[in-house]
Amino acid sequence: MFDNLSLKIDKAIKNLKGQGSISEINVASTVKEIRRALVDADVNFKVAKDVTDEIRQKALGQNVLTAVSPGQLLTKITNDELTRLMGGQNEDIKLTGSPAVVLISGLQGSGKTTFSGKFARYLKSQGKQVMLAACDIYRPAAIDQLKVIGEQVGVEVYAEPENKDAVKIAKAAVKAAKDQGKSVLIIDTAGRLAVDEEMMNEIANLKKTLNPSETLFVVDSMTGQDAVNTAKTFNERLDFDGVVLTKLDGDTRGGAALSIRQVVDKPIKFISTGEKMDALERFHPDRMANRILGMGDVVSLVERAQQAYDEEEARILSKKIRKNQFDFNDFLSQLQQIKKMGNLKDLVGMIPGVGKMVKDMDIDDDSLKPIEAIIRSMTVGERESPEILNGSRKKRIATGSGTTVTEVNNLLKQFGDMKKMMKMMNKGGGKRALSAMNPFGR
Amino acid sequence: MALFGKLFSKEDKKNLDDGLKKTKENFFSRLGKAVAGKSKVDDEVLDNLEEVLISSDVGVQTTVKIIERIEERVSRDKYLGTDELNHILKEEIAALLAENNTEDLEGLSIDSDAKPYVILVVGVNGVGKTTTIGKLASQYKSLGKKVVLGAADTFRAAAVEQIMRWGERVDVPVIAKGMDTDPSAVAFDAVKYGVEQDADIVIIDTAGRLHTKVNLMNELSKIKRVVKKVIPEAPHEVLLVLDGSTGQNAVIQAREFTKATDVTALAVTKLDGTAKGGVIIGISDEFKIPVKYIGVGEKVTDLQFFNKMAFVDSLFEE
Repeated sequence: MFDNLSLKIDKAIKNLKGQGSISEINVASTVKEIRRALVDADVNFKVAKDVTDEIRQKALGQNVLTAVSPGQLLTKITNDELTRLMGGQNEDIKLTGSPAVVLISGLQGSGKTTFSGKFARYLKSQGKQVMLAACDIYRPAAIDQLKVIGEQVGVEVYAEPENKDAVKIAKAAVKAAKDQGKSVLIIDTAGRLAVDEEMMNEIANLKKTLNPSETLFVVDSMTGQDAVNTAKTFNERLDFDGVVLTKLDGDTRGGAALSIRQVVDKPIKFISTGEKMDALERFHPDRMANRILGMGDVVSLVERAQQAYDEEEARILSKKIRKNQFDFNDFLSQLQQIKKMGNLKDLVGMIPGVGKMVKDMDIDDDSLKPIEAIIRSMTVGERESPEILNGSRKKRIATGSGTTVTEVNNLLKQFGDMKKMMKMMNKGGGKRALSAMNPFGR
Repeated sequence: MALFGKLFSKEDKKNLDDGLKKTKENFFSRLGKAVAGKSKVDDEVLDNLEEVLISSDVGVQTTVKIIERIEERVSRDKYLGTDELNHILKEEIAALLAENNTEDLEGLSIDSDAKPYVILVVGVNGVGKTTTIGKLASQYKSLGKKVVLGAADTFRAAAVEQIMRWGERVDVPVIAKGMDTDPSAVAFDAVKYGVEQDADIVIIDTAGRLHTKVNLMNELSKIKRVVKKVIPEAPHEVLLVLDGSTGQNAVIQAREFTKATDVTALAVTKLDGTAKGGVIIGISDEFKIPVKYIGVGEKVTDLQFFNKMAFVDSLFEE
């Protein structure tokens, strides 16, 4: 995600390495590098300047003798600054009133409708009774889009396709939600430019009429230097409560995230990281700062794993592993669970130290497909006891899965190795046998 | 190549000026501040100028290039007054844009030897692909061209409906197979229909995709291959749509999409909403791919043919 930025800062800091102390001269060049890297990552120029000035001050103030190494020290200082810049603590979402109204705003194409759907799903999974309201009366088929998404996440959508007054629709939606005893109403609105006076009036009116408990500003994380101005204008008109960053699954360096909080002083509450409806995460500034510096994001990884893994299944699995009964059926269900956790490259990128390595690597979700296809082409008996696989069976599996016998053999060999490793770990009493599995190997 | 189309009209000029208003205001008030209290272009003025250009999304690389050129001039001419800076900047930017060998075209134009002329429209999510297609269809239709649209965004919820609405509005046929169908099959049918109906232009919409998603990028390559089965030269144009408010990631998008589909033209949308039209300068400088269309407003005619010199003129007009 922010890997490109961390690479650049790493490089800048490398200039410092091998030098014993932080002096005015050696810090100046590094700080300039860090600033360029930040600007290149779309951090607002002024914000980047402020941050790097702060870093320089703090670095120079340090007693050189106690510093571990100038590079490490600067990493720490940069990390602290970035965390501070992105808002310190993670902030919660307020839901008061019945129904609690959440107003979604943003530019065209920032991802409001998709976020609305994800957010509805997120709230629903917390046991809330959610309703969506389609108030984008301008873009062709915007209402249909929300309806389709509503169906996907199993949330009712309030719409009046013939009504051309967003405020009236919203009001009627509040009433409908109240009548049906919904606890949260999410209002999706049309995309608008901050310079469009008429449209900005409309959203300001929506806010005034509905008095939402939470107004969110949705912004594309790829936005450039203008992110700050747009956020400022929306904030002046709406005084929104929080920011949602979308499309962070791309390779944007996402500097906008750093600047917006600084300039409008509103927290980033969610980040959206994919097209699947569950690709929504809480924003954690501290983790994000770690990530920027290539320290990985293990906490997020663990959380996602917890969400996707079925505990009961895990218990049965670990029992099987202990008894060395782990077979291809179990392997297949493991693959399914990994897929549930989302985009593979994202997941791998969160492991500390790996982020940099996967930057140019194509780990696409399809890399698991041949493995899956091979296993699915086996009979139940073969999955349970792969040792019965002979030449003709392998040939049949290769044909059935659209692979080659060599690929089938490779998978069998890897599976055998894995089982051996599990056996060894069991003997050694190791509980972490699961971690020995390498789903990416082929 | 036989060209047809309309010339850059007075009305277009006005729309362009209006659409770039924000960029202009921002740019010149900053430029004014950069030289405030100075009569001579010195290091400090150049530093300030660097800041102005970077914060207009021109991009670090192109900014450094422009600054270096002005530095060169300063050292050559010994003395450069700040009152000349405006003029010099315009000259340097115009020269920079002129250097990358992409010719300026006079108006909406397609190669009329190719019939139908197939345009494949690609880009990341939310940049305005479908809207751009709607506007293009409307403009070409009003030039008397027979247009066919292909609804190959079968992924995003209601994308097919969106382009159908455009089809109704503009009154051009839309070839669609519904959601979750194979986009390549839709593209194939659209081109085939275009051939059968003797259409002039076939425009194919595709689903938005982040350029980091390998399998989705492969899908684009496949669409391209399949279209070639109908017309070997097709698509005649692969149009990458970029959001004008995107920062430096635009450059990466252009590179990655080019890898998958050999992008031949760019469209930069939503320029009216951003004060950072500078991204055009950066993109024009860093890529050999010409910017063909720019979007400077909501109206159908606000999607304009991009003319570099008209752009620079509009930007620097007093």
